[in-house]
Amino acid sequence: MNEDDLDSNRRHFLTVATLVTGAAGAGMVAVPFLSSLKPSARAQALGAPVEVPLGSMAPGEMVRVLWRGKLVFVLRRTESMLEKLPLVVDELRDPDSEVVEQQPDYAANATRSVKPEYLVIEGSCTHLGCAPLMDFEVRPAEGWEGGFFCPCHGSKFDLAGRVFKGVPAPTNLRVPPYRFVRDDLILIGQDMGAA
Amino acid sequence: MVKFRMMASLLALGAVLLSGESIAAGGGATLEHANIERDNTSSLQRGARNFMNYCSGCHSAQYVRFNTIGKHLELSDEQLRDNLMFNADKSFETIQASMPASDAKRWYGVAPPDLSLMARAKGVDYLYSFLKGFYLEADSPTGVNNLVLAGTSMPHVLGGLQGYQTANFSEHENEDGSVTTTFDGFEMLSAGSMDAEQYDEFVRDTVNFLAYISEPVRSDRRKLGVWVLMFLIFFYILASMLKKQIWKDVK
Amino acid sequence: MAKIEAEVGKPQGGLIKWIDDRFPMTSTLKYHVTEYYAAKSFNWWYVFGVLAFVVLAIQLVTGIFLTMNYKPAAADAFASVEYIMRDVEWGWLIRYMHSTGASFFFIVVYLHMFRAMLYGSYKKPRELIWLIGMLIFFVLMAEGFAGYLLPWGQMSYWGAQVIISLFGAIPWVGDALVEIIRGDYSISDITLNRFFALHVIVLPLILIGLVFVHIVALHEVGSNNPDGIEIKKNKDANGKPIDGIAFHPYHTSKDLVGIIVFLMIFSAVVFFAPEMGGMFLEHANFEPANLTATPEHIAPVWYYTPYYAILRAVPDKLWGFILFAMAVVLPVFLPWLDRCRVRSIRYRGWMHKTALSVFVVTFISLGWLGLQPATDTYVVLARVFSVLYFAFFLLMPFYTSIDKTKPLPDRVTYHG
Repeated sequence: MNEDDLDSNRRHFLTVATLVTGAAGAGMVAVPFLSSLKPSARAQALGAPVEVPLGSMAPGEMVRVLWRGKLVFVLRRTESMLEKLPLVVDELRDPDSEVVEQQPDYAANATRSVKPEYLVIEGSCTHLGCAPLMDFEVRPAEGWEGGFFCPCHGSKFDLAGRVFKGVPAPTNLRVPPYRFVRDDLILIGQDMGAA
Repeated sequence: MVKFRMMASLLALGAVLLSGESIAAGGGATLEHANIERDNTSSLQRGARNFMNYCSGCHSAQYVRFNTIGKHLELSDEQLRDNLMFNADKSFETIQASMPASDAKRWYGVAPPDLSLMARAKGVDYLYSFLKGFYLEADSPTGVNNLVLAGTSMPHVLGGLQGYQTANFSEHENEDGSVTTTFDGFEMLSAGSMDAEQYDEFVRDTVNFLAYISEPVRSDRRKLGVWVLMFLIFFYILASMLKKQIWKDVK
Repeated sequence: MAKIEAEVGKPQGGLIKWIDDRFPMTSTLKYHVTEYYAAKSFNWWYVFGVLAFVVLAIQLVTGIFLTMNYKPAAADAFASVEYIMRDVEWGWLIRYMHSTGASFFFIVVYLHMFRAMLYGSYKKPRELIWLIGMLIFFVLMAEGFAGYLLPWGQMSYWGAQVIISLFGAIPWVGDALVEIIRGDYSISDITLNRFFALHVIVLPLILIGLVFVHIVALHEVGSNNPDGIEIKKNKDANGKPIDGIAFHPYHTSKDLVGIIVFLMIFSAVVFFAPEMGGMFLEHANFEPANLTATPEHIAPVWYYTPYYAILRAVPDKLWGFILFAMAVVLPVFLPWLDRCRVRSIRYRGWMHKTALSVFVVTFISLGWLGLQPATDTYVVLARVFSVLYFAFFLLMPFYTSIDKTKPLPDRVTYHG
């Protein structure tokens, strides 16, 4: 190689090395800016888990709370409500909670809950987000065993938040992460694993 | 020649600017050096305890979260709860004063200021000297005055620890007839539960904590700076070599 | 030279041709970058232009991210800055980059302007570049002033109070003008909101437009150089100036080194001394604005202090304002005040060299004096230096006419 070629190689190497270093630097500078878009400490504080005391809830009573700006229903199911659950299985789109995004794994069961007695679900219709209404009255003539009814486009869900076939909503109502702190206290927003 | 003169001017300016920064002291009082050790975690932990027990009754630190303190001072949630969180429920909450601001205003005439940024506003030496500068004064509504902030509405909250001292002043007349008052020193009248050295350490720890809360990220900022400069030095070397190589054929 | 052309390459077919058929991309890059010829003899005084551009970019990007979290209302502003410093991830870094960038903007711009004074870059045919540059300087001063109100600290509020009141000194229209600026009967939440609009939208847009025409005007006549001679007078067989080299890759690679050195100094400040002893982030501004208590010592931020010192030196409100305004505006006239036939200080006589050195000392001293309280000695000094400041400009037509000059070289001074 003559001197010109050596120079040319060196120049090429240095150019590439400098550009790569520059690109790496630019990438590292981008990190803080993009990270600043994440929820801040204040957002995390405001979005902290919400406690729901269960002591004063009567069987069949439902309580509404806000967690991270979202409506969450806590329903104390009666024995008869629980008995209805297996009866409607054939009318449901996803009776076995196979769509995993809609509930934590500890709620992927027959009652879609940690404990059968208490149902904890997000009050947001999986069609377009309206808040479903309680419709617990059993109407044998219509074959309605009780559940939730969304007034916006007529979607129906059972007493475990499972979506019926033939309605616009595609999936079961979401179960948020939650755990029992004590028998009479639920903490919504925190999984069982976390302390 | 022009450049030499300009460089000299710039250096002179630099020297003047850097020397000038320690002049300012509140009301002309000379300030004692706090000599805080910012990376001394034990001191900071004691300071946090001191703050919550003696200051947070009246003063909030409304921008400071307990979980931030826990992270930097190596305190678990439980330790935070047991030792620092008197009124707060969750560790993400901020330090609020126990006394409602409206009551404080009524009783003291002015709401006790929030202390989140006081160390950056006044400096650590000021705060250190302030907490050591209370002395007995009969006509004052609180019974005390302060050498660093004359006429302060703050009572000597730490009087039980420091004890109570009097201040000696002397006056002399100047040539033009005006009178200058000079501070001659303190005299301890009644002892507190701490001796001078213990009280100094108490105040130093507290001021250290105040310095920390005024900028919790300070330590991380400086550590990161080292890495950034190292990267830039490496980048500089490469870019210099590239520049020289490219400029080789410029005659 | 052939090697360079091979590296730069000819327009390729495909995508590039598709764009070039519809947009002057390659031709613009050629005209302004790869075939823009500037002197090979640039020294480091010539790096401050591109550094100003870099700082502008830093301020725009950090400013955008700050705007995402800042609240421009008197009740929330101060707290929102602390929110950024403590709760927003990496908010502290974005804030420090912006506050440090503001000071570095002025350091770089002052040095950039000084280069023009050293080498006569404002002289014909570059007067328009200088005029646009002075406009950029005025807009920058306004931008910094508007920005400083936003944190709503003690110094923000009271500094704005003092400076806005100055405009009341103007006869007849003064009081009305002050009310229009404030939008209220005193500085308030309303003032804050409109200064926010000025600082985030109006002035940055104007600034970007002015920087664009500043560079267009420069490229129209070509850059000056430390010898102050026109390199276009000596062209080679290809029509390129013999003493010129293409902007890319020569000046780009050199500027990269300069930019990295700048970033080192910038980072050292951001990470180790963002307050700079109270010069970049003033201590009083860590206290929220208190409309009932004026801080002991009000001073504008360091980059305005030379002009502030002149204002204070005059014992009359109206004349102080007039002289302050004159001091800011006087440099505009440099292209016409300077009667010397020669551009660069290298070929000028002792009179101009002395005058310029005195000017440097004067400007820096005025800056320092503007930071001090107005005690007797300092006021006297400020008056002396104010006279020197004006003398530099007003006597210039005389001393530049009679000053001896050295003969100009044919080629630039370059030692490889």
